[in-house]
Amino acid sequence: MTGNLLSLAIWMPILAGLIVLATGSDKNAPAARWLALFGALASFLVTIPLYTGFDLLHGGMQFEEMKPWIQSLNINYHLGVDGLSMFFVILNSFTTLMVVLAGWQVIEKRVAQYMAAFLIMSGLINGAFVALDAILFYVFFEAMLIPMYLIIGVWGGPNRVYASVKFFLYTLMGSLLTLVAFIYLYYQSGGSFEIADYHRLPLGMAAQTLLLVAFFFAFAVKVPMWPVHTWLPDAHVEAPTGGSMVLAAITLKLGAYGFLRFALPIAPDASREYAWVFVALSLVAVVYIGMVALVQTDMKKLVAYSSISHMGFVSLGFFMFGGVNGNELNAWAVEGALVQMISHGFVSAAMFFCIGVMYDRVHSRKIADYGGVANKMPIFAAFMMLFAMANSGLPATSGFAGEFMVILGAVQVNFWYAFAAATTLIFGAAYTLWMYKRVIFGDVGNDNVAELKDVNTREFLVLAILAIAVLGMGLFPKPFTDVMHQSVNDLIWHVSQSKLH
Amino acid sequence: MDMKSIYLLIPLAPLFGALIAGLFGWLIGRRAAHCVTIAGVAVSFGLSAYVLQYLLAGGESFNGTVYTWLTVNGVDLNVGFLVDNLTAMMMCVVTFVSLMVHLYTIGYMHEDPGYQRFFSYISLFTFSMLMLVMSNNFVQLFFGWEAVGLVSYLLIGFWFKRPTATFANLKAFLVNRVGDFGFLLGIGLVLAHFGSLDYAEVFAKAPELQNATISILPGTTWSLMTVTCILLFIGAMGKSAQFPLHVWLPDSMEGPTPISALIHAATMVTAGIFMVSRMSPLFEMSETALNFVLVIGAITALFMGFLGIIQNDIKRVVAYSTLSQLGYMTVALGASAYSVAVFHLMTHAFFKALLFLAAGSVIMGMHHDQDIRNMGGLRKYMKITWITSLLGSLALIGTPFLSGFYSKDSIILAVQASTLPGAGFAYFAVVAGVFVTAFYSFRMYFLVFHGKEQWMQKDHHHAHDADAHDEDEHHHGLGPNDKPHESPWVVTLPLVLLAIPSVLIGAWAMTPMLVGDFFKDVIFVNHDLHGAMAAVGEHAEDWYHMGMHAFVTLPFWLAVAGVASAYFFYMVKPEIPAALDRFFTSIGVKKLLEEKYYMDHLYINGFAAGGRALGTVLWKVGDTLLIDGLVVNGTAKLVGLFSNLTRRIQSGYIYHYAFAMILGALLLLTIWLGGLLQVQ
Repeated sequence: MTGNLLSLAIWMPILAGLIVLATGSDKNAPAARWLALFGALASFLVTIPLYTGFDLLHGGMQFEEMKPWIQSLNINYHLGVDGLSMFFVILNSFTTLMVVLAGWQVIEKRVAQYMAAFLIMSGLINGAFVALDAILFYVFFEAMLIPMYLIIGVWGGPNRVYASVKFFLYTLMGSLLTLVAFIYLYYQSGGSFEIADYHRLPLGMAAQTLLLVAFFFAFAVKVPMWPVHTWLPDAHVEAPTGGSMVLAAITLKLGAYGFLRFALPIAPDASREYAWVFVALSLVAVVYIGMVALVQTDMKKLVAYSSISHMGFVSLGFFMFGGVNGNELNAWAVEGALVQMISHGFVSAAMFFCIGVMYDRVHSRKIADYGGVANKMPIFAAFMMLFAMANSGLPATSGFAGEFMVILGAVQVNFWYAFAAATTLIFGAAYTLWMYKRVIFGDVGNDNVAELKDVNTREFLVLAILAIAVLGMGLFPKPFTDVMHQSVNDLIWHVSQSKLH
Repeated sequence: MDMKSIYLLIPLAPLFGALIAGLFGWLIGRRAAHCVTIAGVAVSFGLSAYVLQYLLAGGESFNGTVYTWLTVNGVDLNVGFLVDNLTAMMMCVVTFVSLMVHLYTIGYMHEDPGYQRFFSYISLFTFSMLMLVMSNNFVQLFFGWEAVGLVSYLLIGFWFKRPTATFANLKAFLVNRVGDFGFLLGIGLVLAHFGSLDYAEVFAKAPELQNATISILPGTTWSLMTVTCILLFIGAMGKSAQFPLHVWLPDSMEGPTPISALIHAATMVTAGIFMVSRMSPLFEMSETALNFVLVIGAITALFMGFLGIIQNDIKRVVAYSTLSQLGYMTVALGASAYSVAVFHLMTHAFFKALLFLAAGSVIMGMHHDQDIRNMGGLRKYMKITWITSLLGSLALIGTPFLSGFYSKDSIILAVQASTLPGAGFAYFAVVAGVFVTAFYSFRMYFLVFHGKEQWMQKDHHHAHDADAHDEDEHHHGLGPNDKPHESPWVVTLPLVLLAIPSVLIGAWAMTPMLVGDFFKDVIFVNHDLHGAMAAVGEHAEDWYHMGMHAFVTLPFWLAVAGVASAYFFYMVKPEIPAALDRFFTSIGVKKLLEEKYYMDHLYINGFAAGGRALGTVLWKVGDTLLIDGLVVNGTAKLVGLFSNLTRRIQSGYIYHYAFAMILGALLLLTIWLGGLLQVQ
């Protein structure tokens, strides 16, 4: 059983998705829902042994699986996880479970297809996180776009076609260059698609620079980093609640993961040389996007911009070169960025879910259409307060731990990096709490708000689970960072070695 | 029970109460909610008193880890406790005032629909504040620091229907975040250069880093200690409302009065003072940082006092008084008289909590009218509130033998002995502040409790507009046939219990805290450089002599002059303040004071509006016009244009293709022929 846990993590949700799809028309919607829930739950449960069985002292890949796939090209079905990727498999499967619950009664048309799309996407995303073969990764990485494209295009808002095409083309364009990069590396390495071989491959500065550019386009779009971020607000605004939850919680992480798995270890010298570009773009994301978020009038757009700003901490943390010779990544920053990725998975999913709860009732995302929601939905208001505070990086919520670690790491490298990054303390609180004030506080704003009913059991369940996750990780992040130590230390050592000679 | 369990139980008891009242308040009802929270805080207070007594009796102080929050690079960030004399004293003050406020709340919030929620919040506050003071490291300190900020935010906005309340709580949170911004960077520098965030390790390493420098701007070298301490102090400026980050505190009066007493007078706002005292081994290493602290404190002490003079809302008078007193404490920190600052923190906690709760009692008696111009003569109707208010005010202005006298006079002595460059200004500020304090305190006292019964009149002033918005929640002001009434015992009992320490604790605690060794091993002072503490020790021999000596000192007579002029102006000749008012209006000073030195304008119209304007520009121009309009959709349009062109070529007409073929053939022929000709 433990021998193919990762295969289970990939194929179980896909299989479940296909079964759900087989229920067909909306006549069988209840069956589709229950099957989806069962499938998502089972798919989540099979990822738990990844944590419980994880060897903390082992830095390399664990739970490896290896089978030849296309032998003529030396492409293998090679899977494995390490401390960098393990949590994202669990987080992804967890988020899918939340999404199934979130869309339970809300989605009324094409229920089976909706649920199936999420389940299949979940399997594909797991595949991308655990693939150790470049082509296998690329297949999963691209295939994942299709269900998301459909989710936005079919169940999205009024401007869904523009948003879904923008999303698809934007991200596809970027990743095409990665394919070129992989083919180049294939020839350089003498015919291997093993990512680990690429890590060891000596490369000249020019080659590394070009590879870094290729990876930048693929992964920076996904993160998204400024200035290739403009697809995200549109995609979020049009996507259904579940789509936004997965988009924010998981798919953005895949971009950041790409930097860690490909860009840094394959092109360490170029990464060091051009780290300042990444740092600059990340800080722009934190400050510029923070201010843009402040003036949004649409709640989903606001949270989308806040996601970009928070992801700025992740890309900042990954490119914090310090140490005696300036060639060592800072451990605080890298681990902080990883913690921030996991935390953002919880917090952004929760924020989008909260907006979804209100949208289902009032059918508006405009801040101005609300006001005084706390009068009618006190339980909801309390939960949203918690998530808003987590989004503002309040200690004892998960939102704090990652940002805190990245800032602590940044001070060690350059005071002004930390200075710019720490402005999020002010901006993050300003845009989140100002929105909260206008939406939740005050007297009942209008007739729509006056008729609001507080959360039902299903919504309460989702909010409560996410609240436990946010608080749990905020109060005790050690189990998360313990898993990362070995792999992060290995990565830091690897990246500190020059590939030029 | 061993000591470690006791230390754990002290913060957890109020947390337990808060969780029960907060999560299950709807189920268990009002009575159970206040019982469980009061029980929690009472346990906490009892154990805190036991701990203090244990330490005074020679018990070992405690420094230990509860659990490891996370580990990176071999550095543990822990949750842990440091319980020494300073901590134990803070624990007692916090839990005692909290207990009084809990009791008082039963009466004050009696009619409020959010009763259980309120109890949950104030117990949660007690927990957070205890975690803050009991911490043995910077991380947990920051946790508590932000957590008390959160509860303050929740409580200022407790009446969330009021626009003024939700404005005030957002303002408070954001201004505090500006302070925390500096605080966090300071913590970052500590970790980067000391390699630990544990107090004991950091303080042990401080001497060897005394002369360390860092280069923050290229080409400059600054003292590491100075930069770190100033950044940490910026955090204190936010939390302890020091100029120019003081603007949130007066607005925080939008919250219910019990929390104004607990959070915005006695405990949370003094967290900054506590923090700097705790960090004395660091601050002692930097003259520049101490001077900065001294000057900021002096500005706050004097200029916030001026604003107290023109306020008409009873709570705002007390709020400005709090700002000014926090300035006094900060001045003491700057003069390296940390023990004196903490001593004033303690006496102030009692008499200021008393004054706030008494103000709340007056507000209840006046049926939620807060304008002191509508009061007068209340001593006849509210005897206990009157007497306790008088005692509190006397303690505040530094009447000899009362608690505030010992702490405030010691601050003045300390500043006098300080040799820092800003000490001259600070001395002037704290001495002039004595007159100002006495004047505004007794202006309020006389207007409220003495003189004509203004509430008999029909036309009422409205200093507090917020109440006009929710008359469904509170009836506003006395009706034509109403008379003010004394509050119930749950309200007056805390007043009496707070009045006792307000009067006595100064004389009782001055010997151990100012001249004795209560703070030995806890607060570090470099006596070679900073003689302030020694000077205080010389003058403050014992409570009797220090009190008797006061009658021949300047501050005493300034206080007397303040009270006398308040009496003369407001009781004997009310036309004088009216004339002065006209005079100060004509020269523009009144406007300056009414606008609070235009600080709010600067923040709201400058920073907040500026931030929003910049955000709009970045969004509309940066994102929408340039990135999306020009690059993204521009690329799409370019591709579209290009495909449009190529589409036309594929017209499907055979003669178009034939024509193109012939053209191509001719072109090739020409090139080929041209090549041939050149070869030849």
